[in-house]
This record gives sequence, structure tokens and C-alpha cells, in this order.
Amino acid sequence: MTDLTSLTLAEARKGLADKTFTSLELTDAHLSAIEKARVLNAFVLETPEQARSMAREADARIARGEVGPLAGIPLGIKDLFATKGVRTTACSKILGNFVPTYESTVTSQLWRDGAVMLGKLNNDEFAMGSANETSCFGPVGNPWRREGSNTTLVPGGSSGGSASAVAALLCMGATATDTGGSIRQPAAFTATVGIKPTYGRCSRWGIVAFASSLDQAGPIARTTRDAAMLLRSMAGHDPKDTTSVDIAVPDYEAAIGKSVKGMKIGIPKEYRLDGMPAEIEKLWEAGAAWLKAAGAELVEVSLPHTKYALPAYYIVAPAEASSNLARYDGVRYGLREPGRNIIEQYENTRAEGFGAEVRRRVMIGTYVLSAGYYDAYYLRAQKVRTLIKKDFEDCFAKGVNAILTPATPSAAFGIGEKGGADPVEMYLNDIFTVTVNMAGLPGIAVPSGKDAQGLPLGLQLIGRPFEEETLFSLGEVIEQAAGRFTPARWW
Amino acid sequence: MSVDAATVRRIAHLARIAVSEDEVPHLQGELNAMLAFVEQLSEVNVEGVEPMTSVTPMQMKKRQDVVNDGEIADDIVANAPATEGHFFLVPKVVE
Repeated sequence: MTDLTSLTLAEARKGLADKTFTSLELTDAHLSAIEKARVLNAFVLETPEQARSMAREADARIARGEVGPLAGIPLGIKDLFATKGVRTTACSKILGNFVPTYESTVTSQLWRDGAVMLGKLNNDEFAMGSANETSCFGPVGNPWRREGSNTTLVPGGSSGGSASAVAALLCMGATATDTGGSIRQPAAFTATVGIKPTYGRCSRWGIVAFASSLDQAGPIARTTRDAAMLLRSMAGHDPKDTTSVDIAVPDYEAAIGKSVKGMKIGIPKEYRLDGMPAEIEKLWEAGAAWLKAAGAELVEVSLPHTKYALPAYYIVAPAEASSNLARYDGVRYGLREPGRNIIEQYENTRAEGFGAEVRRRVMIGTYVLSAGYYDAYYLRAQKVRTLIKKDFEDCFAKGVNAILTPATPSAAFGIGEKGGADPVEMYLNDIFTVTVNMAGLPGIAVPSGKDAQGLPLGLQLIGRPFEEETLFSLGEVIEQAAGRFTPARWW
Repeated sequence: MSVDAATVRRIAHLARIAVSEDEVPHLQGELNAMLAFVEQLSEVNVEGVEPMTSVTPMQMKKRQDVVNDGEIADDIVANAPATEGHFFLVPKVVE
């Protein structure tokens, strides 16, 4: 039998349905791969017993002919999703040994459809980071390395554990979240497919909150088809999230292989940055050529407020974070550091429990919301956000179906290489992805090629609200043209 | 705009994060780097632009005003660092 971990999710679904192997065999193959890959630090908690018990249950259901859409498929879960009875930390010391007494809506839908949980995946603390270096469990290794080099690279962030685990064949797919690029940037760094759906498509209930007007859950997988299968289970209306949208979930998989003939694809001139590596420029052109060959029409478009998206994000996101993270007070759950009075207890708990990046963002957020600065910073940023969204609306109003851009301004970099002196250096990673969160749009990152050092690069497609299907159809065209990329195993 | 050391201490207190004296200069540098970065927003003409309040155009949903959850006090206090029965314990706040 071929190595079960190298199957795609769609192939595994067929193998399970044909009884070529059982979910328990599939699950065991992944548990053993996880054990051998601990050096990557992708999992912060392995749950082998629960995985085997869920796999046995799936096998029993398959035997009875009750085949859910993800029956018996082993997945990894980002540690931002609350999992009932299983420690959930957001990779922050401040949550300590928090064990939820409830299950997030998104994960409960995956279990409803028969999926198996392998464990919890590493991420940047509270999803604040672009390299998975701010996790209290330490950095994650990217399965990809530069050709001829032993240097361990970052997998991107904040869903670094999800991307690394999927790329290293430790799970068949993973949940992830995206506030400014946290699904798409790690997907691009690891040659995986990541989609951030339209704001409101997936319930945020039971996901540790970072910036509530920007946060969205989505899958990371090895193919666009696999991502489509996962999103179908993850999406859907939830009365427990007031921003969750009551629109039927389409069969995203049906969009795979659908013709893109006649679709109008926008190429935004503002995404052509000074000093952008020539190979990214080249890849972008290749992507446009592939879509053209498939019958799409390419048009140059303008999104004039693009350069203001990242600075506006670094006001809006920290502001919302400072408010969301006020709940970590050492009283109801998590870490408590004593003080002489309650205020000192709050201050000591939060100084000890939050890492440097989180402290910095909470403080900036507090500042831009404080009396006398609210109008100059927060209100202005929210106005700029309206303009960013309008740029996209104007573009879609001209008949553009989707927009093609690079996913990241560079390939993966080494651990500790960026942001040491100036936090803004790290923030620039999200320059192509953050606009999408600011406008609430869906965006997909698809592996598209490699740079001169042999590292994967991705392209991003941005769609109209709730038109994820278009992104899956276009993503599949790129995947078929570019091929799939698998890292050489060194761990 | 930029922040001075006194402002850094004030923000830290507002955010309820203890900051030691020797951390202040470093934090001040980082916060000022972020503020310098966002400064470019001042060149955008936002006259007459409505601030965004909801990214998806939708009516705020309202729940039925009924009790649909509860009787889970054990669950609520399950993760608390210090409890007595179904109460959270905190240092004395009222003299």
C-alpha cells in the first residue's frame, strides 16, 4: 500500500468509501508521521487517543453506510479553536491550561461530517504574527528549506502550524484563521492552498477573538479540491454569531474544474511594488497567462487606496484586539499573577501572560482608542477602510469577476531574520493580503512556482463577496498549470 | 505624532499591563515606529467619507428574548484560578 499520508483528501475519501483502508489505518499513519516530525513543532498538543476513538466511530459509521462528507478524514485544528475537553491556548501563556467546556461551531461541523481530530496546531500568540515566532510554544519549522541549506525557515503565520503540518503530510487538512493574511501567507510559504472566505461565511463562535471585524476561519489543504471540501463543512449560518450570514452553503467542490472562459480577471497596478523580486513579477505574469489560456480575459484595474490598507489595519486590528483581550484578567480563567490589590493583579497577570508582540499591539490599540486620539487614529482608519472597500466595489462594478495578485512579497525567510529591530518589517509580509480582510472579501492563495532558491511562491485570487466558487474554479486552473509541490523530507 | 516616556507609562496602565522602568525606552521606540508607519493615513482625503461600521451590508440580527442556556455554573468556574463554590475569588476590592 502506498503511504497513506501522501494521499489527498479527495483520494482518501475514495479509499475509505471503497474500503481499501480504514479510517483507523489512515489515522494511525498520520499519528506516526506526527511523532516523527516533532522537530517541526507544528503540533502543540497531540490527541492520539481521541483520534483513534473518532476514527473507530467513523469506521463504524462507514460500515453502516452513513458516509458524512469528511467521514474518517484526519485533520489538525489550529489552537485558536475551542475544542471541548481538549486544552485550547491560542498559544499564549495567559490561557495556561484552559480546557473549554464547549466546542467551536466550525470544529463541531467538521466532527458532524465525520472528520477525526489529530491534535491542536501551533500558531502565533493570539494569531498576532506573520512567522509563527510569537507562540509561547516556540517557533514552527517550515518543511521547505533553501536548496543546499540546512537553515530552518518560518512557515509564515499566524497559521504556521496548520500550513507546516499540511505541507509535511502530518494531516490531510487543517483549520486556520485569517485576520490580515494568516491563512494565505503561510499557505504561500509552504506550497499549500489556503482560503479566507468572505467575512460572515464561517461562524466565529468559539474561536479565540483577535480583531472581530476582520477574523475569519478557513481551511489549509494540499489541493484546491481538498480546500473546497473542507470549506463546505466549515461554512454556514450560526445564530450564535451575529455577523454570521444566513446564505446557503454551495457545494464548493462542484466549482472545481468548471470553465473560467469569459471571466474577467483584474490585475491591479498598485500591487506592482518598487523593489519587488523579479521572480514574483514573473510568476504573476505566468499566472495571468495560465488564466488567459483557460479563456479568461485579463484587464488592468486600479485599487488606489492599496498602500493605506496596512497602516489602517495596524490601527483597526490592535484597537479591536485591545478590547477583545481585556477579558484576560486572571479572574475567570487562565494565568493569575498575584498583586497587592486587584489592579496590580490585572497588571501583573497581563505582563506575565502576554508575549512582547501581544503587549505591543494591546498598547497601541489602547492608545488609538484613548481620549483625544480616537478621531485622529481610529475614526480616520475606519474611513480609510470604507475607501479601500469602495476601490474593490468599483472594480467589481466594471464586471471584474476576480483579481489576481502575488500572495506575498517574498518567499519564506529564516527564523529570527525579520522584525527584530522594527516591528513594521514583519508587518510588510501582509501587504498583499490585508486589503482583503479590510474589505471583508474572499481570498485564496494557490501554490504557483518556486523562487531561485527552490522555495515555494503563491498567487492570490480575490473574489466578490460570497463568490468563493469563482476562486475555487480559478485556483484549480492555476493548480493544473503550475503542478503540485512537495517538500523533500529532512525531518 | 509620537509618544514620550510618560505617555508609554500611562498607556500601559490603561491597558492594565505592568511595565518596568527599564522596559519603557524600548516600548517607546516600538510604539513610535508603529505610529510613524500609520502616519501616512493623514495624507488621505477622508472628507465626507463614512467610517466603516460593518464590512458586510447586513441587518444586525436580534435573538429571541428567551432563556436558552444556563444552569452551567460548574462549567463557568471550571477554569478559574481561584474559586469558592460557584464564586470567583479576587483580592478585596471594597474597603
